[in-house]
Amino acid sequence: MSSYRIQGATGEWEVVIGLEVHAQITSNAKLFSGASTAFGAEPNAQVSLVDAAMPGMLPVPNRECIRQAVRTGMAIDAQINRWSRFDRKNYFYADLPQGYQISQLYHPLVGEGHIEIEPAEGETKTVGIERIHVEQDAGKLMHDQHPTRSYVDLNRSGVALMEIVSRPDMRSPAEAGAYIRKLRSILRYVGSCDGNMEEGSMRADVNVSVRRPGEPFGTRTETKNVNSVRFVMAAIEHEASRQVDVIEGGGKIVQETRLFDPDKGETRSMRSKEDAHDYRYFPDPDLLPLELDDVFLAECRDSLPELPDAKRARYQDGLGLSAYNAAVLTADVETARWFESLLSECSDKVAPKAAANWVISDLFGALNRLGKDIGDSPVTPAQGAELLGLVADGTLSGTLAKQVFEIMLETGNDPAKIVEEKGLKQTSDTGAIEEVIAKVLAANPGQLEQYRGGKEALFGFFVGQTMKAMGGKANPAVVNELLKKALG
Amino acid sequence: MTDLTDLGVAAIRDGVRDGTFSAREIATAFNEKVAKAKALNAFLVETPEHALAAADAADKAKASGDLKPLSGVPIGMKDLFCTEGVQTTAASKMLEGFKPTYESTVSGKLFDAGAGMLGKLNMDQFAMGSSNETSAFGNVISPWRRNDGGNAPLAPGGSSGGSSAAIAARLCPGATGTDTGGSIRQPAAFTGISGIKPTYGRCSRWGVIAFASSLDQAGPMARDVRDCAILLEAMSGFDPKDSTSLDIAVPKWEAGLSSNLKGKRVGIPKEYRVDGMPAEIDALWTQGVEWLKDAGAEIVEVSLPHTKYALPAYYIIAPAEASSNLARYDGVRYGLRDLPDGANLQDMYAATRAAGFGPEVKRRIMIGTYVLSAGFYDAYYTQAQKVRTLISRDFDKAWESCDLLLAPTAPSAAFALGEKSADPIAMYLNDVFTVPSSLAGLPAMSVPGGLDGQGLPLGLQIIGKALDEQTVLNAGLAIEERAGFTARPEAWW
Repeated sequence: MSSYRIQGATGEWEVVIGLEVHAQITSNAKLFSGASTAFGAEPNAQVSLVDAAMPGMLPVPNRECIRQAVRTGMAIDAQINRWSRFDRKNYFYADLPQGYQISQLYHPLVGEGHIEIEPAEGETKTVGIERIHVEQDAGKLMHDQHPTRSYVDLNRSGVALMEIVSRPDMRSPAEAGAYIRKLRSILRYVGSCDGNMEEGSMRADVNVSVRRPGEPFGTRTETKNVNSVRFVMAAIEHEASRQVDVIEGGGKIVQETRLFDPDKGETRSMRSKEDAHDYRYFPDPDLLPLELDDVFLAECRDSLPELPDAKRARYQDGLGLSAYNAAVLTADVETARWFESLLSECSDKVAPKAAANWVISDLFGALNRLGKDIGDSPVTPAQGAELLGLVADGTLSGTLAKQVFEIMLETGNDPAKIVEEKGLKQTSDTGAIEEVIAKVLAANPGQLEQYRGGKEALFGFFVGQTMKAMGGKANPAVVNELLKKALG
Repeated sequence: MTDLTDLGVAAIRDGVRDGTFSAREIATAFNEKVAKAKALNAFLVETPEHALAAADAADKAKASGDLKPLSGVPIGMKDLFCTEGVQTTAASKMLEGFKPTYESTVSGKLFDAGAGMLGKLNMDQFAMGSSNETSAFGNVISPWRRNDGGNAPLAPGGSSGGSSAAIAARLCPGATGTDTGGSIRQPAAFTGISGIKPTYGRCSRWGVIAFASSLDQAGPMARDVRDCAILLEAMSGFDPKDSTSLDIAVPKWEAGLSSNLKGKRVGIPKEYRVDGMPAEIDALWTQGVEWLKDAGAEIVEVSLPHTKYALPAYYIIAPAEASSNLARYDGVRYGLRDLPDGANLQDMYAATRAAGFGPEVKRRIMIGTYVLSAGFYDAYYTQAQKVRTLISRDFDKAWESCDLLLAPTAPSAAFALGEKSADPIAMYLNDVFTVPSSLAGLPAMSVPGGLDGQGLPLGLQIIGKALDEQTVLNAGLAIEERAGFTARPEAWW
């Protein structure tokens, strides 16, 4: 369990965190209109009559958005409500053409669920999910286009969002960070949200309160629209400390909405409960209740992929990977897909463990250096499999494989071709190796004497010298064997 | 030669088909009538060119043998229907000058069926009112006058008052209306014409400016039952753009018309005998019972015990939905914008909505906002929804012993303009007989039954089971045949 505590002037404080994550549903069209949802279009290029709330326009639910939300619910083992309903949340703002947001207050699509997080290695925790409901996004105001006017871009207006509401189960910034990362991982696996926080596809409202350990919940504040894992953690850290300062200074926490300023790393008040809108929620009379039938639900369930926790367990138990490697390879769906594609291309001689090690150390290292995601890896899974095959059949030593891999990254060529062209094939020619060993021993009489005098650790020195003299192309196993013989 | 504008929808359709006259002759005759009837203020926009173009298309279709169901029939369009390229205002300053880039499903269906449009008809602003006095562009004046020689201008009913007045004055043979709590039936009763509100979901609401989404339903108004059946067939049908639209086939109502009611049981709801109802209306109701008996129906007394709660529930639900539906008129994207010097966004909202909405619209927005507010929601909105369910159950129970209901359409004949405008409650009471069937989403029709002592028309209302418009129309036809209503207002305009 987490023992994250804030040390106040009067003692220790525990932080209580709940997150409301808004995730844009991956779909070609908006929640209630046929307009496109592609990112980066010219302002107001993706606005239908419905999105602009022209007189007499009516919403029609997009089946794919509902399907994605249901699949997401299934992925977090949640209750799927066969009967749900849309409500209107009424308020005036220039980015909200209808004057209300269509959301789900009273009867959400998805009920109670949970996800497992790993805030630190080897430490797991279950975070409850209260609900997932589906709602419309608003448009965007642009205040920087004109000295005295504001402009409205309605491209996002009506885009489908899932609001995923957690229980107040997290107790540290690390847990909150792990929760968001895990949630994002699940959403990407399911394919219901791209999880891209920079483009605004995922953002979090962060609810924070503090209390003395073991005491009832304190008053919470809600920090709106935080758009990165790092910022969520920073916002919690700042907000929790601020609350402790307020309480210890004799003040009271007011329930309010706050904003996070990433430049200053602090939260500030946006509006208090007293100025909170009365949203006048009521069932949207333009829409019938959503009723899900067995066929629809079965399709949703059948189309779910293997999810990260299951995959991770399979990598450990089935493929024999270490817990760490299994965790790293399954955290992101793209990585897992790449890895599985690699395995499917590998010959039987390649151990999954070896493949995993290669991906995590060699491939990730290279991608890091190049600043690329695994999706744009210059080396394909088939090429990776070929390289691993050359190591497995003894054609390449580990050192040579690294050299070949570098050339693959530069040229994009297949490893066999590189080996052929550059003559990088490792040798097991005992005559040649024995010749070199003899030279190495002759050139290092001092070390030889020490070794023979009992300093057996020097064996590695002779291996290194031999390999170096052979340009790294000698088969290390053969070198070991012949050296042992030569050293007596 | 008969005046072509005395002809109804069926007669025009048949005459064009048979070559008795051309569609152009018809359109020209009605265009002239419309142009001369400015005193009635029934039309907000006249579109003679639209009517003529449709007429020419009809004459061409006649020549090539391609006639459509409404070829040659010019109609009036309530200004609540968005019409592509033609100003659509809902009779509000808020939308003055607004020309939709799209055609409502219902108007589009009528045009596809060959109908032409004579113009956009005046109405109560955003369909909120029972007298047409809430129009921002001046009220419609009923073509009818009392026989007392006083010439007091009378209300044509509302909200579809432009439609009712235009039909009664023979400015058009038929028109679209919309009915939220009686807005087709009450004006039809006030002006001696017929009008039917079909089952909720029959006609698409797409492109119809919303008042109260769960109640709004389009329907036809015309001089007789057959014409209503013809127009309703053209207006109805599933629309994937309206989630509440019914995905079922449109019956052939005209072909199914029959005034023989043998085997039908007509329920007389005892709770509709309200205090202070004029004796003439009571007498007409009794007469109506006799007519239906004569047509072969059996009469049974039924009880709709929650009737008295219908009006209060309606005046919670409809304003609640309206307060939200009308939030889009904010001055940001289209319609009126009032931006005082130095105004911020909130100031712009306030100024725009203060200037754009009339007093009745504001009253309903405020009522609706209030009943949805935190702390009041359960006491008002939730209770009203429960009442709505109980009212639906009342009808379901009644259907165990009858097939249709007969009642008056309105508790009075047309009143004088100005007579009730200072007293909203008195005005709301006009809907007392029409609101329950609206809350239950049932088909209901008003047909003229006779004249009162002052020479003003009175209507009888038939309420049917969901989707059973045919029985409603048939009972209407039975009354029509027996009432022999031929009275018409004398042209003074």
